[in-house]
Amino acid sequence: MLRPNRRGGAVAASAFPSDLGGGEPLIVVRDLRRTYAVGPDRVAALAGVSVTVERGAFIAVMGPSGSGKSTFMNVLGCLDRPDGGEYRLDGEDVGHADPDSLAAVRNRKIGFVFQSFHLLPRLTARANVELPMVYGGIPRAERVRRAAAALEAVGLGDRWHHRPAQLSGGQQQRVAIARALVNRPLLLLADEPTGALDSRTTREIMELLRDLNRGGLTIVLVTHEAEVAAYAGRVLTFRDGRLAGDAPPADAAGAAVPG
Amino acid sequence: MSPAESVRTALEALRANPLRSALTMLGMVIGVAAVIAMVAVGAGARDQVLRQIASLGTNLIMVGQGSVQRGAVRLGAGTAASLTEDDAAAIVREIPGVAAVAPSVRWGLQVVAGNQNWNTTLFGITPDYLEARDWTVTAGRPISDDDVVRGGKVVLLGETVVRTLFGGGDPVGETVRMFTTPLTVIGVLGGKGQNAGGQDQDDVVFVPLSTAKRNIPGMAKTNPRFVHSLVVKMGDGADMAAAQAQIRDLLRQRHRLAEGADDDFWMRDLSEIAATRDASSRALSFLLAAVAAVSLLVGGIGIMNIMLVSVTERTREIGLRLALGARRRDILVQFLIESATLSVIGACAGVALGIGVAVAVAGMAGWPALIVPEAVLLAVGVSGAVGVFFGLYPARRAARLDPIEALRHE
Repeated sequence: MLRPNRRGGAVAASAFPSDLGGGEPLIVVRDLRRTYAVGPDRVAALAGVSVTVERGAFIAVMGPSGSGKSTFMNVLGCLDRPDGGEYRLDGEDVGHADPDSLAAVRNRKIGFVFQSFHLLPRLTARANVELPMVYGGIPRAERVRRAAAALEAVGLGDRWHHRPAQLSGGQQQRVAIARALVNRPLLLLADEPTGALDSRTTREIMELLRDLNRGGLTIVLVTHEAEVAAYAGRVLTFRDGRLAGDAPPADAAGAAVPG
Repeated sequence: MSPAESVRTALEALRANPLRSALTMLGMVIGVAAVIAMVAVGAGARDQVLRQIASLGTNLIMVGQGSVQRGAVRLGAGTAASLTEDDAAAIVREIPGVAAVAPSVRWGLQVVAGNQNWNTTLFGITPDYLEARDWTVTAGRPISDDDVVRGGKVVLLGETVVRTLFGGGDPVGETVRMFTTPLTVIGVLGGKGQNAGGQDQDDVVFVPLSTAKRNIPGMAKTNPRFVHSLVVKMGDGADMAAAQAQIRDLLRQRHRLAEGADDDFWMRDLSEIAATRDASSRALSFLLAAVAAVSLLVGGIGIMNIMLVSVTERTREIGLRLALGARRRDILVQFLIESATLSVIGACAGVALGIGVAVAVAGMAGWPALIVPEAVLLAVGVSGAVGVFFGLYPARRAARLDPIEALRHE
């Protein structure tokens, strides 16, 4: 197993305001394990993974299906709890927290972007962006203001009243990114965010993410595509529930071929 | 998530599927409308019955001829020929608190006017009878004491009789024949309509008691003093039960009945009839309410069904909400509010429909619809509870979804 490489995010992290308070890396994972019961068998989706992610890093996660990368993302996103090992997010032990605390962590510290966008079809773009703030208990007037600002930031300020069906795929993903950012999270988790988009739109979305990262946001992104991974400063490659590679994109692309 | 936000979210979800929401509510609408309409119609009917009974007078005691026992065979009521005008006089004389006693005889016969005839019921009465039974005279004059003393050949006609014999024209001064006896019509009785048992109370003619006995062949052959029944009118505030006991003792003594022998007369207090009628209409209301409760239950099951469908359809949405920071409690509350909203809006529509139906039914049946506020509150409250109860299972299912599985759901 390779030694964690901190080169990718270290420079940007110093520019990120929230870094001023916390000296600890944003994500510290030690010997993370997660086992599922499949019929009578027990399958180790994560068989001891240790990673540290500095504040302001841009990480790509790659690996074949069944390699454990989805489980890793679910644990990072506090949607799943590990049954072994340690996970500290922003200095807080979230590996053993109760469901309501995890809900609060997801709400305040993590933004999610999905391959299939996951917008609610009956809500306008702005109402979709407001959702995390609804669960964060933010008053309505402020929600409207912040949602409008977030849509403005992703270049959709004039489309706030459109419903998802009236928007293109790229626009829908921008709405989803605005929603992920509106509670000012420390960490953006993106699960194949460009998997449903054409190459031109993919470039636009990745440039948007790169700009956000340059602004100081920590991003962890799952992808199958080398061009997408190329935007990251560091690529984690998973195989059989373990971390099989941890290198800058150029090295990872070369390493992935022989497998 | 604040309660206001929960309600807003629930309403948004219901608006997204208006037809489905409306159809789901329909179950509650019908259930609640049934409760409201049935209770209102039932209460109206009951009120009507009580009013009729009150119109008979609750301070009256009816005494009638009993049956004769010959060996083991009991003959029909009224065969004893035991009550007499002297019994009536004795009751007035000896029972304290009696305002009046009205003896009467009753006979079914044909009356004839010109070429018209009509089978009706004749009562031989005294003036007290009119007062005790609340009869009014709308045209002409009532029967007087003098008519009774003289055996005057005069008659009062009920509205039905006037209509059939005189086609609604003024009969006062005309002559009608009873058997061979011509009687002069001196007045017309005010209409009473049907009684609680559905009989036409206006199909009657009244003559003086003495006139009936003298001129109806065979009526008074065994005892010229006999009467069929007595109406005892008690003064205000009299103890009806005590008066009945005293009258029973007096009559048994006068009729020389041995200790342990059956009464040879019957006696009824109208408040007893009122209580029986009231109890039977109460039982009916209860039955209607039970039927209505079943329809509310069915409405509740409909809501549960549609909520389960909704939870399955919206699995991805639930997963997303959980990922964005919703707690399980937020999801539970959201779905509970949705089901409660469905049932309460349905209930409100049901109240409106139920009132409409009650007014229509009561209009057709000819009695007032009594909208009972307690029933309205109860129906809305119960349906809210039904919505929460039947929403609980689907809502728990939604709240227990695993966010990862839910997000992946197709």
